[in-house]
Amino acid sequence: MSSRRTRTIRTDYLARVEGEGAMLVRLKGDRVEEIELRIYEPPRFFEALLRGRAFIEAPDITSRICGICPVAYQMSAVQAMEQICGVTVGGQLRALRRLLYCGEWIESHALHVFMLHLPDFLGYESAIHMARDHAALVESALALKKAGNEVMTVVGGREVHPVNVRVGGFYRVPTKAELAPLREKLERARETALEAVRLTGGLDFPDYEQDVELVALAQAGEYPIDLGRIVSDRGLDIPLHVWNDHFVEEHVERSNALHARLRERGTYLVGPLARYALASELLSPLAREAAKEAGLGPVCRNPFQSIVVRCVELLYACDEALRLIDAYERPDRPDVELAPRAGVGHGATEAPRGICYHRYEIDAEGTILDAQIVPPTSQNQRAIEADLRGVVERSLGLEDAALGLRCEQTIRNYDPCISCATHFLDLTVERR
Amino acid sequence: MSARVVGVGNRWRGDDAAGLAVARRLAAEGVDAIERDGEPAALVDALGGVEAVVVVDAVRSGARPGALVRWDASEEAVPLAPFRGSTHALGLAEAIELSRALGRLAPRVVVYGIEGEDFGTGKRLSPAVERAVGEAVAAVRGELLQLAGEGR
Repeated sequence: MSSRRTRTIRTDYLARVEGEGAMLVRLKGDRVEEIELRIYEPPRFFEALLRGRAFIEAPDITSRICGICPVAYQMSAVQAMEQICGVTVGGQLRALRRLLYCGEWIESHALHVFMLHLPDFLGYESAIHMARDHAALVESALALKKAGNEVMTVVGGREVHPVNVRVGGFYRVPTKAELAPLREKLERARETALEAVRLTGGLDFPDYEQDVELVALAQAGEYPIDLGRIVSDRGLDIPLHVWNDHFVEEHVERSNALHARLRERGTYLVGPLARYALASELLSPLAREAAKEAGLGPVCRNPFQSIVVRCVELLYACDEALRLIDAYERPDRPDVELAPRAGVGHGATEAPRGICYHRYEIDAEGTILDAQIVPPTSQNQRAIEADLRGVVERSLGLEDAALGLRCEQTIRNYDPCISCATHFLDLTVERR
Repeated sequence: MSARVVGVGNRWRGDDAAGLAVARRLAAEGVDAIERDGEPAALVDALGGVEAVVVVDAVRSGARPGALVRWDASEEAVPLAPFRGSTHALGLAEAIELSRALGRLAPRVVVYGIEGEDFGTGKRLSPAVERAVGEAVAAVRGELLQLAGEGR
């Protein structure tokens, strides 16, 4: 096992992650010399794009950062702007936002669990190969995704880049009758999600535990989705407006993304494992029970088991969506009245992949002077690389091809959205 | 023979909207032509339930911008690489194969690729691609006639 030879494992195009990325692992004998996760996607200029625009445009512009989690960007943006304007969007308008977000969690998690992640565990090269042997499973996964899409269409107005969201609420709110057809689809989706928890609970997982700080939102009495303070399992508990005092983003040369870390303690993790560890007791009874039956304890530190946790969150999102639909009463107005004023605001919500933090400064006319957007995947970059290092060190016995595959699987544990992670501005992009 | 045209693309990414433009023009002529953004579940639905589908999408293969390519995917997969460039998990090529694996793919499948030049953000097609859209519309019209002939 211990040899003096150098092994280089390089995957130049990572399959089954959003966007484009590459990975490099350089070994010398037993030692991991270098680990790199390289982001190819051209950098997004969104923070610069937002400067000079009207504050009401923030949800529409930022939603275009990501094709798979536009709602997350919209929700964090409107939260920040509403804070500046001194208004709170509560009651049924807030419930509708949470419902919309459940739709996004459902469609995003369904896509990742079944199309991107499960093939790894069942030994298939791709979802297509898996579909040949497991047509019924893939069909129900597509139906599950469709249920999420339909929630987003009914509440958000369109499933990609929902047009109905505005600072202050919505442009139009649905009637109870318009939400009713979603019920049956969500009930079937919930069944599929429950089966998915059982299926993934029985998979074989590589033996690996992370030692990393877990960070999520916290709101009393609710599993975190759309609101909250920022907390961690190592004592962090802060309001949003001091985010930059505790976290810092740094550009790393070889990657187009910014890496984030805790100023005091370094690497941290956001996303399903963090939410689950910090708030699993706030899941619905059905989701809690399913998690327990699937063998999950109160905390899960094995990133490969994130697939089980995502299925639990899928189940919760279906449950929560049904609860919100049943409790829905159409509000008198689709939005809260507000007016811009000069100031700084912060918004943070839980995208499927983890905390999405926004900070804006606007002037008295509502023109955006400055924007800072921190997507979940850039916050997880350091943790991904730490995992790669850890997994590689434990898997040195594998042949290169198998080791490469294990590394790819390790990256896919994070459901990374590489398109979101590249929002850095200072690089020039050459078009050929 | 029941036939449907499916235009695939992203209307916010320049030439990636080419397939959508073709579908829109054909729909205006009364053809059963729909637009899809590449979301996998909806795309799998769009590729089945009829006897023939003609799919149009922008491609990136290094060919001259505006070049039109045709693949018959009835029996064989289309190459993955030209359709890669979507930031969604499944490109068109994968969606076709997924459909096929599920037994849901229309029996006759023809794919037209329009070589794009600029996939940056924006709602405009580059001139070469704008011209290619016109050519593709004519080609798809011809394809539909051909398919109708086969059905007899």
